[in-house]
Amino acid sequence: MNPVKLIRMANRIGGFFAAMPDREQAIGDVASHIARTWEPRMIRDLRAHMVNHGAAGLSDIVRAALARLPR
Amino acid sequence: MNALQEPDLGTPAPQACADGVSPPLTLRIDGIEVVVPSGTSVMRAAALAGVAIPRLCATDCLQAVGACRLCLVEIEGRKGYPASCTTPVEAGMAVRTRSPRLAELRRNVMELTLSDHPLDCLTCAANGDCELQDMAAAVGLREVRFGLSGANHLAEPRDDSNPYFGYDPAKCIVCYRCVRACEEQQGSFAITAAGRGFAARIVAGASSFLESECVSCGACVKVCPTATLIERTAVAAGSVERVVETTCAYCGVGCGFRAELDGPPDAPTIVRMTPSKRGAANLGHACVKGRFAWGYATHKDRVTKPMIRDRIADPWREVSWDEALRHAAGEFRRIQRQHGRDAVGAIVSSRCTNEEDYLVQKLVRAAFGNNNVDTCARVCHSPTGYGLGQTLGTSAGTQTFASIAHADVIMVIGANPGAAHPVFASRLKRRVRAGARLIVIDPRAIDLVDAPHVRADAHLQLRPGTNVAVLTALAHVIVTEGLMDEAFVAARCERQSFVDWHNFVARSENSPEALAEASGVPAAQVRAAARLYATGGNAAIYYGLGVTEHAQGSTAVIAIANLAMATGNLGREGVGVNPLRGQNNVQGSCDMGGFPHELPGYRHVSDAATRACFERAWGVELPPTPGLRIPNMFDAALDGSFRGLYCQGEDPAQSDPDIGHVKAALAAMECVVVQDLFLNETARFAHVFLPGSSFLEKDGTFTNAERRISRVRRVMPPLAGMADWQVTMALSEALGYPMNYGHPSEIMDEIARLTPTFAGVGYDKLERLGSLQWPCNDAAPEGTPTMHVGGFPSRPDGKGRFMITQYVPSDEQATRKYPLLLTTGRVLAQYNVGAQTRRTANLRFHAEDRLEIHPHDAGERGIADGDWVGLESRAGATELRAEVTARVQPGVVYTTFHFPESGANIVTTDSSDWATDCPEYKVTAVQVSRRTRPSAPAERVP
Repeated sequence: MNPVKLIRMANRIGGFFAAMPDREQAIGDVASHIARTWEPRMIRDLRAHMVNHGAAGLSDIVRAALARLPR
Repeated sequence: MNALQEPDLGTPAPQACADGVSPPLTLRIDGIEVVVPSGTSVMRAAALAGVAIPRLCATDCLQAVGACRLCLVEIEGRKGYPASCTTPVEAGMAVRTRSPRLAELRRNVMELTLSDHPLDCLTCAANGDCELQDMAAAVGLREVRFGLSGANHLAEPRDDSNPYFGYDPAKCIVCYRCVRACEEQQGSFAITAAGRGFAARIVAGASSFLESECVSCGACVKVCPTATLIERTAVAAGSVERVVETTCAYCGVGCGFRAELDGPPDAPTIVRMTPSKRGAANLGHACVKGRFAWGYATHKDRVTKPMIRDRIADPWREVSWDEALRHAAGEFRRIQRQHGRDAVGAIVSSRCTNEEDYLVQKLVRAAFGNNNVDTCARVCHSPTGYGLGQTLGTSAGTQTFASIAHADVIMVIGANPGAAHPVFASRLKRRVRAGARLIVIDPRAIDLVDAPHVRADAHLQLRPGTNVAVLTALAHVIVTEGLMDEAFVAARCERQSFVDWHNFVARSENSPEALAEASGVPAAQVRAAARLYATGGNAAIYYGLGVTEHAQGSTAVIAIANLAMATGNLGREGVGVNPLRGQNNVQGSCDMGGFPHELPGYRHVSDAATRACFERAWGVELPPTPGLRIPNMFDAALDGSFRGLYCQGEDPAQSDPDIGHVKAALAAMECVVVQDLFLNETARFAHVFLPGSSFLEKDGTFTNAERRISRVRRVMPPLAGMADWQVTMALSEALGYPMNYGHPSEIMDEIARLTPTFAGVGYDKLERLGSLQWPCNDAAPEGTPTMHVGGFPSRPDGKGRFMITQYVPSDEQATRKYPLLLTTGRVLAQYNVGAQTRRTANLRFHAEDRLEIHPHDAGERGIADGDWVGLESRAGATELRAEVTARVQPGVVYTTFHFPESGANIVTTDSSDWATDCPEYKVTAVQVSRRTRPSAPAERVP
């Protein structure tokens, strides 16, 4: 799926939780939100994009969250 | 009275005392002892005792005025003959409704009335259904001594300007019912009485009903005791033979209606649709859409034969139901074999019944074997589900509509109920006229800002896309000025989340002053509104798509819930958080498992215990991961991983944003099955067309914005021979997963067995009680009118959760290339994509989408009212006519999306809510330019 759109969607999720005071909790909340609302191919395609093109454009909190998602 | 008419007790029930109890009084009427609440009129008490007192101006949906003098009675110990409609009962009172003197007085009144009335009863459309006729009989009138040749109004011209009803002043008895209905029920004040005494006549506006402020709600027609105001359909049809009570299929108010019918059950003629007094959401009131705009159901454009074609460029070929369903099932299975189980999915509709939505999601999960099902609520209120679920624990509004009668402060955010929820708007206006304060937060000056006898105390005219800034600033004022309900927060909310939120909103960066530049709202206005909301008594928030359809839609819903919790405005009547749902069954389609990540009852698909429950019932294994949401389906179609769609009752090729993208996605699919009333825009991309049923052909239930489950009852057989639930069942069987239901009630029984919040719902109980508000289970066997009374039972520890709402500017910002912000909405006479209302006489009220533009912006571009203009964004371009108006602020333009030819959603973009992917319809950066003429549609982009 369109990686530009996936990156934007992920960053917006990250943008909401980044305002939370507990950073660890916020990273977990981003990961949880993606896991609970994204269809697996969306996560798969975003990861594939990161493997092939790096994580440019993804916010720090989203990168940290994606690392927590089960493979 | 006609036996098919609703009972009329003459005057309304008395208002309850402050403690909700009106002490009973005992009196005697014609020797019959009757016990009624204090404040009851003698007329109503008599009706309750089974004694009918003649009347003309009184009816129980209007306050009594005692004008006609027909309802006179004698009361022991009192002089004279008081009007029973305006005389309250007293303990020990002895009333006589019949005596020779009363009979004489009543006959005199009737004689005078009839001396100025055409005695054409036998050819009158109201013959047999005329209160004047009934009263003449009731008082025993045998002659009119004054003759019929005196001064009269029989030659006065009719007003047939309204497409749905006529006005014949010759038949008018000047009872003022219509005037009072327009004022009390609708709140339009469009009808008045001109002149005095014999010269008094009813007039609408300066010239005619059509040119007046009349909104065609039909309240005046319903209360007219003669044929003065009468529906055109009633004039054309015969008398009413039977009545079917059902529920309107337009907006989320969910009005109860009586389909008044003539002719055989298998081919009835609808004489008229009248709002039912038993309808708990509407209490006998209606709007122009539900009351009159139902002709689409039998419009010539209805497609009643299944059709298939191999390619979307091919012509359609009519086939049997069996062939169409086998073809669709075969294609879905072929796609799954070739491209995987997850390459197909479905869209369920907020216009369909709970039972139909439940079946489609069951088909997807059990027959397709994936979770690729989404409801069109995705593109309207999905942020409500998320935001209220996260904070209050339940994805639904907290109140009944009746609750507003107890509100002292009403805050309307991003909603235009006068256009989109008219029957609720009338209740709201009634409450404001009675003294409640009103805060409107909206980029446009909607009618509530300054309506007849209604003026908002505050209008925060924010820039599109800044709801979160304003809501957070309101919270800042409430927190920093000590206006919170500390006791409520301490007892009912999570401590830590409150502390985090409190610290966040208290920061100076969240003050009204700091956010004023972004929002465009002066800080003083925000401060005043916050103080009013927090300290004005019971405060209720009502919001709509102007909150949800933003990149921060979910954040705004959360901010609203935060405000309500911080001020203790939850858990009782008169307060709460109230999403105004756009379509009739938005709530229900979400409740029924319409989202790709939730099974019925908002239970996540990853929850093993919930899955196991459905797996046992359905006999299949269910996937534990979320499916595709509607925008994701289209994205996946363009990358080739999603190739088959079953679309029931939806038209994403007109209603969804960035239409160029949607159409490309639909065109890329190999099997699109559209089930609808008409060949809609999406059907242009379909390979199979399955005829759908209108609400008049359905049995089932709708759930309105107050969580109220109401019955939809079949008025006529499905024109295509199969009901929608039967079609879904047959498709499932063709897919190899048979379902066996004999009636929609059996589907509801299954829903109740599998969904705790619906455990107590069943058709028998709905018949008995009229409607039920969920949760309805052992703890609340007759439903739950007000949520969160003692706590938030769906939240951990029963505590409400505050969440931080950081304002993030929308990506859609005004630029040099696109210097204006477009926001979209609805008008009263049209509904959603217009498929229904464009096929009715509502076109007389609103025949095209127009672009509202402020005089300043119009002047800069040389645009005059009515000019054709080009409207362009980064997504696409279209053309429509301009309406130059100060309703919109400079820098903002507004249009509706009811007509495919104007293509508003060609222009809206793929920007969406962070949490739910709900499109950001409400903010699009655009440029507007004058056109000398419209280009042909084919020249438009895309």
